[in-house]
Amino acid sequence: MRECDERQAGTGARPGTNGRADLADPVLEVTDLDVTFGSGPDAVRAVRGVSYAVRPGEVLGIVGESGSGKSVTSLAVMGLLPPHAHVTGSVRLRGQEILGATEKTLTAFRGKTISMVFQDPLSALTPVYRVGDQIAEAVRIHQKVTGQQAARRAVELLDLVGIPNAAQRAKAFPHEFSGGMRQRAVIAMAIANDPDVILCDEPTTALDVTIQAQVLEVLKRAQRETGAAIVLITHDLGVVAGSVDRVLVMYAGRPVEVGSVDDVYYRVRMPYTMGLLASVPRLDRGGGQPLVPIEGNPPSPSALPPGCPFEPRCPIAVPACAEAEPALEPVGSPGHLAACVRAGEIEAEGWSPAQVYHAGTGGPDEQGPETPPVHLRPVRLPRDERDVVLEVKDLTKHHPLMKGALFRRRVGTVHAVDGISFDIRRMETLGLVGESGCGKTTTLMEILQLTRPQHGTIAVLGHDTARLTARERMAIRRDMQVVFQDPLASLDPRMTVYDIIAEPLRTHGIRDPGPRIRELIRLVGLDAAHAARYPQDFSGGQRQRIGIARALALEPRLLVLDEPVSALDVSIQAGVINLLEDLKNRLGLSYLFVAHDLAVVRHIADRVAVMYLGKIAEIGQVGQVYDAPMHPYTQALLSAIPLPDPGKERSRRRILLEGDLPSPASPPSGCRFRTRCPKFKTLDETDQARCVDEEPQVRRLGEDHGVSCHFAEKLDVV
Amino acid sequence: MAGFLLRRLLNYLVLIVVATSLAYMLAAGALDPRSNYEGRNPPIPQAVIDARLTELNLNDRTPLFDRYLTWAGGVVHGDFGKTVAGGSVGEDLGRRAGVTLRLITIGLILGSVTGVFVGAYAAVKQYGVFDRLSTGASFVVLAVPTVVLANILIIAGVWFNGLVGAQVFLVSGEATPGLQGGFATQAADRLQHLILPTLSLSLGLIAVYSRYQRNMMLDVLGADFIRTAMAKGLRRRTALTRHALRTALIPAVTYFAFTFGSLLVGTTFTEKIFGWHGMGEQLVNSISTNDVNTVAAISCFAAFAVLAASLASDVLHAVLDPRVRVG
Repeated sequence: MRECDERQAGTGARPGTNGRADLADPVLEVTDLDVTFGSGPDAVRAVRGVSYAVRPGEVLGIVGESGSGKSVTSLAVMGLLPPHAHVTGSVRLRGQEILGATEKTLTAFRGKTISMVFQDPLSALTPVYRVGDQIAEAVRIHQKVTGQQAARRAVELLDLVGIPNAAQRAKAFPHEFSGGMRQRAVIAMAIANDPDVILCDEPTTALDVTIQAQVLEVLKRAQRETGAAIVLITHDLGVVAGSVDRVLVMYAGRPVEVGSVDDVYYRVRMPYTMGLLASVPRLDRGGGQPLVPIEGNPPSPSALPPGCPFEPRCPIAVPACAEAEPALEPVGSPGHLAACVRAGEIEAEGWSPAQVYHAGTGGPDEQGPETPPVHLRPVRLPRDERDVVLEVKDLTKHHPLMKGALFRRRVGTVHAVDGISFDIRRMETLGLVGESGCGKTTTLMEILQLTRPQHGTIAVLGHDTARLTARERMAIRRDMQVVFQDPLASLDPRMTVYDIIAEPLRTHGIRDPGPRIRELIRLVGLDAAHAARYPQDFSGGQRQRIGIARALALEPRLLVLDEPVSALDVSIQAGVINLLEDLKNRLGLSYLFVAHDLAVVRHIADRVAVMYLGKIAEIGQVGQVYDAPMHPYTQALLSAIPLPDPGKERSRRRILLEGDLPSPASPPSGCRFRTRCPKFKTLDETDQARCVDEEPQVRRLGEDHGVSCHFAEKLDVV
Repeated sequence: MAGFLLRRLLNYLVLIVVATSLAYMLAAGALDPRSNYEGRNPPIPQAVIDARLTELNLNDRTPLFDRYLTWAGGVVHGDFGKTVAGGSVGEDLGRRAGVTLRLITIGLILGSVTGVFVGAYAAVKQYGVFDRLSTGASFVVLAVPTVVLANILIIAGVWFNGLVGAQVFLVSGEATPGLQGGFATQAADRLQHLILPTLSLSLGLIAVYSRYQRNMMLDVLGADFIRTAMAKGLRRRTALTRHALRTALIPAVTYFAFTFGSLLVGTTFTEKIFGWHGMGEQLVNSISTNDVNTVAAISCFAAFAVLAASLASDVLHAVLDPRVRVG
C-alpha cells in the first residue's frame, strides 16, 4: 500500500505521502470511542477512549493481541455491534457524525463510503448464493443499475482482484472457492462502490503465507483503484511493518502508542510495544537468543487494574504506574504518542526493548543496560554421533477417494504424503513446515499410529513400527508423546489438571503419581497449588503448558508437537517457545515440530523440512535453508513472510506465487511445484520438459542441505 | 444429480419391499381372522369358515409363506387383496387416502409456515417478550397429547357455538351428509368441518417448527455472512430475510417433506376424534377386526409415503443448498 502512495507521489521517498495526507481533511475521524458490554459491576469495557483519524490514501494499522478491543472498535465504527453494546464517543465519516445515526443513514454509508473486509473468508459469504450475485448485490444496493449491468460489474471486480476466468467463476458458489479466492471476493465486494475508507479486520490471518502475500497485494491494488484510506487491523507485526503508514497499538481496550511506522518500530516509547516487538520470533535472526516473553496475561476487561493496565506485566513499573492510568501524550517526534509515565525517561536514556526486558523492576540501570542474556546451551556431540530417535523412510499415505452411496467405488486417490524421508537425532528439533494441505499433519498422524505405513518404513528409537507387537507398541508410546494445536480442545474440560497429568501415568501403571505430577506442573512453570483446577480456569498459554506437562509425564525421548503455539498470542507464544527450548536442553528431548509459521521454526528448530503437496521440497540445517534457500518454493515461502521491520520490508523483494495449491487428488506430473514455480517460467523448453516429465528427488547439495529441484540455485530472500 | 436420485430411488424400492413384506408377515402371524367367525351363534361350520378364509387368503392353516406368496403376487399386479368383509382393500384405501390428504394438506402448510415465521421472529428477538411467550406456548402444546388437545378444541368449539348461537364450528365428519345447496354452501360447510381438525394438527406442528426454526436461525444469526451483508449496506431486515432466513430455511424445508410423509398415516387421533374416515382411522379399525390385508396395505402405503417424502426432501435440499449438489 505504501508502494502505491509512492507511485502517486511520483518519488520513492515518503515525504510526498505525508505532505499530501496532512493537507487533506480526515475522511474518518474517531474520537473518544467507548464500547461497554452489559452494565453494572459486570460490565465489560471492551474499548476505552480510542481516537484516530485517517486521511485519503493513508493506511493506518491497528495492532493488538486478542481481547485488546481492536475488532470491536471497527465494528463500532461500522455500527454493526449487537444492540446490547453501549457505544459512546464520536465517529465522523467525511465530517458527518454516524455514531447513533438512523439505520437509513447508516445503510447509505455502509458499503458505499465505508466498507469492511472480515477475518474469516470461509464464513463471510452467504453459502447459498453465487459469488457473482453477492457482489452484484453490493453494487445494486448503492447504484441504480440493471441486474445485467451489476453482474457485468461483478465480473470486472472479480477480475480486478485477480480471480482467473472471472466471468465463469462468478457463477460459482462460495464453497467452490479456496480461502484466498473467497477473501478476494470479499475485497471485491468491499471496493464495489468505490469507498473512501476500507476497514480490514485481520484480512489475512486465516490464510497461508503465500496466499497472504497475494491478498495483501490485492489490497494494495484495490487501494490504488479507489484511493481509499485503509484501516488495517491485525495482530501480525510483520504485516503492519510492510503495509502501513501509521500504527496504533492497543492494549486492554486502549491505544497505548500511536505514531508513524518508523517511530513505533525504531523509537519505541511504550514498554508494551517493546514487549511485543521483542517477543516475536524473527525470520531474519537465528536461534540462540531466547525470546522475550511478557510475563503474565492481559487483564480481563471486566476487572481492570486501577492504574496503567499494563503495570502488572511491565518490567519497569514504578509505584506511580499503579495510581492512575497514564494519558496518551506526545513523545519525541511529531505525531508520536505514548501512554507511559516513564516514556520521557525511556526517550532520554534511549532504552531499547532488550534493555527494558532484561532489567529488574527498578529500571534498566540497575543491572547495567549491556548485560547479555545468559543462555546456557548444553554441549552436544556432532550430529553423526548422536542416536537416531526417529527415522522415516519413503513414507507414503494415500487416501482413496470414494463415490456413491449404495455401490461405493474408488474414483481417485488423494496423495496426502507421497514418499518422504527424514530422521531426527537425539536432542535435535526438526521443524516440518508447509502450507495447509501439504501433508504435514498426515505425516505426524502416521508416525503417531505406530503401525505399518502403506509404504516405506517408520522407525522409532530403532524399532520398526511395522514389526511391533501390541506390548512393544505400548512401551514405545511412553517414549513418544504428542502436544496438540488447540490447548483447550485437547484437554478434557471435566478433568482437573491433576487428573489430566495423572492419566498417562496411571495408564502405564504408575502408582501414587502425586509427587511426579507436582514436579511436572512446576517444570512447565505453573503453580503446583493449581492442580485441582479445571482447564477453563487457565489462559491459553497456561493450558498449552498443561498439555506439555501431560506429554512429559512419562519421560518421553521424542515429543511430537502439532502447531503447539499457533493458537497463542505473540507475547504468550514466546513464553511457551522458551519453555520448549529449555525443556529440550534440560531433559535431552528431541522434537518433531510441525508448524506453518516459519519464523517460529527458525527460532526453535535445528533442522527444517519444507513440504509441498506431500513431498519434501527442501530439507537441511535451519541456518542454511533460511539464509540460502535453494528450492523456488522455499524461496517464495520465505519471501512471503513479512518481517516486523519497516526498513527491511521496504527494501525486500517479494516472490509472489500464482494461484492456489493444486488438489492433492491430481498432483501435477513431474515436479509438483512446476505449475506455480517462478523459476519454471524462466526456463527454456528442454529444461521445462524435464520439470514436466521427471520427478525431482531430494538431492544433497552442500553439508546437510537437500533440495528436490532440478535447477536449484541459492537466493537470499530474507 | 439425476444419477444420484436414480440410485436413491433404487435404494428406496428395496426398502419398501422389505418393509412391506415384514409388515405382512407380522400382521399375518399376529392377527387372527378366524376368531371373527368362531364362537358365533349359530356356529358356522368349520368347513365354511375355512373356505371363506381361504377365499380371502387369510387361512391360518395355509403355511404363512404360501399366503405371503399369494399376497405378494397380487400386490405386484396392484391388487392388495380383500378386506375381512370381502371388499377390495385397494378401493377402500384409495378413498380414505383422499380424505386424509384433504385433512392434512392445509394443516401441514399452515402449521409449518406459521411455525417457521414464529421461530425466525423469536430468534431475531431472542429473550424478548415474543420469544419467551412463543417458547412457553410451544412447550405447553408439545406437552399436551393430541387426544387432549383435540378434545379441548371440540369443547371450546361447542362452547363458542353456544355463545354465538350458531353452528360455526362443526366437530364431526368431513361434510354434512345430505346437505342441499350450491358450490358456495358446500364449500362453507366443508370449511366449517375443517377448521378444528386443521387447528389441532397445525398447533402441534407450529410448536415443533418454531422450536426447530428458532435454533436454526440462531445459528445463522451469529454468522459472519450476515455481518458482511449488513456491511454491504443492506438493511438489517433485508439482511435477515434474504441472507439469514434463506440459509436457515434449508433444514426446515427438508423436514417439511418428511412430516408430510409421516402425517399421511400418522393422524390417527385427529381422524378418530373428528370422525374423518381416513387412513389413520382405518389402521386402528383393521387391527381390531383382524384385517391382515388392510394392515399390510397400509404399512406398504406408509413405507411408500415416508420414502417418497424423504426423496422429496433430498431433492429439495439439493435445490436449496448448493453445497450438497454433488456428482
